[in-house]
Amino acid sequence: MVAYILKRLAGLAFVFFLVSVVAFLLMHSTPGGPFDEPNMPLPPAAKANILRKYGLDQPLHIQYINYITNALRGDFGYSFSNPSETVAQIIGRTWPISITLGGITVIVALGSGIVIGILAAVRQNTIVDYVATFLATLGLTVPNFVIALWLILVFAVELQWLPIGGWGEDWRQIIMPMIALGLGPMGIAMRYTRASLVDVFTADYIRTARAKGLAERMVVMRHAVKNALIPIITVLGPRVPDLITGTIFVETMFRVPGLGKFFVESVLDRDYPMIMALTLLIAALWGIVYLLTDLLYTLIDPRVKLT
Amino acid sequence: MSAIATKDAVTAVDPIISRPPSNLWRDAAIRFSKNKLAMGALIIVGFLVFLAVFADVLAPQPNFARPIDARKFPGEAGYILGTDDVGRDMLKRLIHGIRTSLIVGVSVQAIALVIGAALGLSAGFIGGWVDFFVMRVVELFTAIPQLLFALFLISIFGGGMFNVILAIALIAWVDICRLTRAQLFSLREKEFIEAARAVGVPSWQIAWRHLLPNALTPLIIAVTLGIPTAIFTEAGLSFLGLGIDEPTASLGKMVGVSSAYIRVYWHMGLLPTLMIALIMLSFSFVGDGLRDALDPRLRK
Repeated sequence: MVAYILKRLAGLAFVFFLVSVVAFLLMHSTPGGPFDEPNMPLPPAAKANILRKYGLDQPLHIQYINYITNALRGDFGYSFSNPSETVAQIIGRTWPISITLGGITVIVALGSGIVIGILAAVRQNTIVDYVATFLATLGLTVPNFVIALWLILVFAVELQWLPIGGWGEDWRQIIMPMIALGLGPMGIAMRYTRASLVDVFTADYIRTARAKGLAERMVVMRHAVKNALIPIITVLGPRVPDLITGTIFVETMFRVPGLGKFFVESVLDRDYPMIMALTLLIAALWGIVYLLTDLLYTLIDPRVKLT
Repeated sequence: MSAIATKDAVTAVDPIISRPPSNLWRDAAIRFSKNKLAMGALIIVGFLVFLAVFADVLAPQPNFARPIDARKFPGEAGYILGTDDVGRDMLKRLIHGIRTSLIVGVSVQAIALVIGAALGLSAGFIGGWVDFFVMRVVELFTAIPQLLFALFLISIFGGGMFNVILAIALIAWVDICRLTRAQLFSLREKEFIEAARAVGVPSWQIAWRHLLPNALTPLIIAVTLGIPTAIFTEAGLSFLGLGIDEPTASLGKMVGVSSAYIRVYWHMGLLPTLMIALIMLSFSFVGDGLRDALDPRLRK
């Protein structure tokens, strides 16, 4: 087990290194720099000074080595577009907002998705099943900014039940972004819970459990759901990093001041330190989530062996 | 387990003796036509394709309300669906938006299929260091945030429809590559491949005549279901104002622009979002129907 984790971490470190190199090269090969004329009209001497200050006048490989050694010490540099703040400060200010929204969304969406999935599987081919399947399909196929717009039109503009956007002034501000963000993951959770439960229901041990007179509730909760969990974890694990790093579409629509907008702004502004930090953040989260997903298997299903 | 093995053996032998091998497609067509949801969706897709192909005839551009920024509600001044933020006929913009969506969806998947299938085939068939190399590239593309990557590409290539298609295709090939490779790995172990190898069929012929046709159905399904995903990505990029350039219409861009007018001109947001939802749902249902029809083992 320990050997396996170490092996995986080593692999992760390698991918991490590759991602950092590729992102760095890609970023610098993109035409246009952070201090180009349209952004900051400067005399050439001043521009040269700025470039020297940020080390942008040095050869690329030196810049990379400087960046990585600083980053490994926890210093991600100053943001070019907001020079008064370090990258770490900006992320520290905005990421908690995205984590809050994303975290609540994950819990609510997965919880309700699994419960609805169980209901749909138990009441197969009834109205409950059809409504649940319709909701899931809607959440899965329709983009979240489309759902966001519908929510705004109905609940904020027409009915005026909920605030149209913003963050941190009113607890109701979280409801609409949460639904817009969560309907997709809920759909996935519901679909897979239903499919894998329907599959499990045909197994012999379920027939045995019923034959020995176990209450239906016990059959479902104790025997079926436990065994249906594995495919659900595989599919849902990888959704978590996306949700907790802030989704630009939903955050733009509801004016949530989270991390999401920096994914776009940093690229447009050629804000190199910010781009690198975000890329590494995402890569690290992905690696960790995949590792955790694999480890969770072994907890849920003792038959799974890690190699 | 043994029951499944016998069934496989029977289906593998049976067609050669009693039925022509083209039956897979006819069977699939029959199964598909019995699926009401998928057939309904197919009719809608057909209608959307019709609109896209004849967009220039049905909705000749440009058509501005006068004065040029006059915004009209649906039904007002002869504009059935109103106008957009700069006074263009909404109905015409929607039809051209559909065309953009379909062009992007289909071209992205075509490019992705070429790249993904080529790399996946070589990884799965040659194996060894080729496989190692391809899989590392796949991992790399998985680890880089997709939106960030697409933005990079667009800022390197510039906006415009072709570049947007290229940028999305360079993300979309990964899934197809992984699927092709996985298919080949599972097929390689099957008895009929072993049998072909045992009777001395050269390896390129095994790849071409046995592996590829068997790997084809999951690929068809993946490509069909990839079309709505690509359409979604384009809509997302254009929503942010980074995708399709003016004056080409894009449903995502229309949604993005609409948010400033949402309290008054509700139709500017509602209509394109309804259209996106319709496109996504109908393509997804056709894809699901294809999967059920082509792979009856999956059906419950």
